[in-house]
Amino acid sequence: MCARVYDCLKCIGERIIENREFLTDLDREIGDADHGVNMARGYAAVIEKVPRDNPDIGAVLKKTGMTLLSTVGGASGPLYGTAYMEAAKALAGKESLTKEDFGKALELAVAGVGKRGKSVRGEKTMLDALIPALDAYNRKIAEGGSLADGLDCACAAAKEGVEHTKSIAATKGRASYLGERSIGHQDPGATSAMITLEAIRDFIRE
Amino acid sequence: MVGIVIVSHSRKIAEGIQELAEQVAASSGRILAAGGLEDGEIGTDAVRISDAIRAADDGDGVAVLADLGSGIMSAETAVELLDGEGIDVRLADAPVVEGAIAAAVEAACGSGIAEVIRAAEEARFVSKNIETGGRP
Repeated sequence: MCARVYDCLKCIGERIIENREFLTDLDREIGDADHGVNMARGYAAVIEKVPRDNPDIGAVLKKTGMTLLSTVGGASGPLYGTAYMEAAKALAGKESLTKEDFGKALELAVAGVGKRGKSVRGEKTMLDALIPALDAYNRKIAEGGSLADGLDCACAAAKEGVEHTKSIAATKGRASYLGERSIGHQDPGATSAMITLEAIRDFIRE
Repeated sequence: MVGIVIVSHSRKIAEGIQELAEQVAASSGRILAAGGLEDGEIGTDAVRISDAIRAADDGDGVAVLADLGSGIMSAETAVELLDGEGIDVRLADAPVVEGAIAAAVEAACGSGIAEVIRAAEEARFVSKNIETGGRP
């Protein structure tokens, strides 16, 4: 993937914007019904403000992170903003991306979300999609798989992780006010994380 | 003088607390509000908060008072954005209204950042039961 990072971000943004109502509906069940609206507003700003032709992938991702910090509004702003800014650290100055680079960027992004949210796996959050996805990606790459193969495995694991969020109670974020009553509902943050990974996979596969 | 930044999801709440704190402490304009998004929508914006912290600092440091949830997360992100700028910025683990007033009074007395943060954090123990003072 060379210097097409803007196109990939646009692809993620369009997918999030398409899913605005779906994400907001999920959030209405256990949150404050703003996840889809907030994320769509953030990515609309990313599509508008992030430079189209800067070849430095790290710089583009940093700008993406800063834009999300400023425009999302809810907790997903600092969470996704931090994810992109941490990923940017692994890709500073790079104009193309190897499967190892992507793995490092994903690892830093996931760690950044955990640190920002002071959260771990099993609390019904984004991490319940992201951590299994990272593990699956790393396993596939260790077996000699390609970037696209790794992303296929990451997306499958994220999907399972999203399903798993239905069976557990929230202990972090707005949904934790509901406690056990959050069981049975799919986590919106884990869902938007899965949508993000799927958009990256589809972009790479094209 | 230690600066104070008020963070809230609502621009009106942040500006209201700022107005109240200015009035109580007769501050010299070192209390700044960073509420809502740039367009006035409900939400928090780490970049706006970091700009406010920078503007509130005159070298003595800045105490940040945040409301809840993503307000705290955005405030923490804002502090990280200022890494390397040499600003002694600290988040108070305090109720935002009471903490901001206590911090403003302490700062106006000329106290240092540690004292201002302590004053804000002690504000959580102030009882609202006028008759008993919170004692059972």
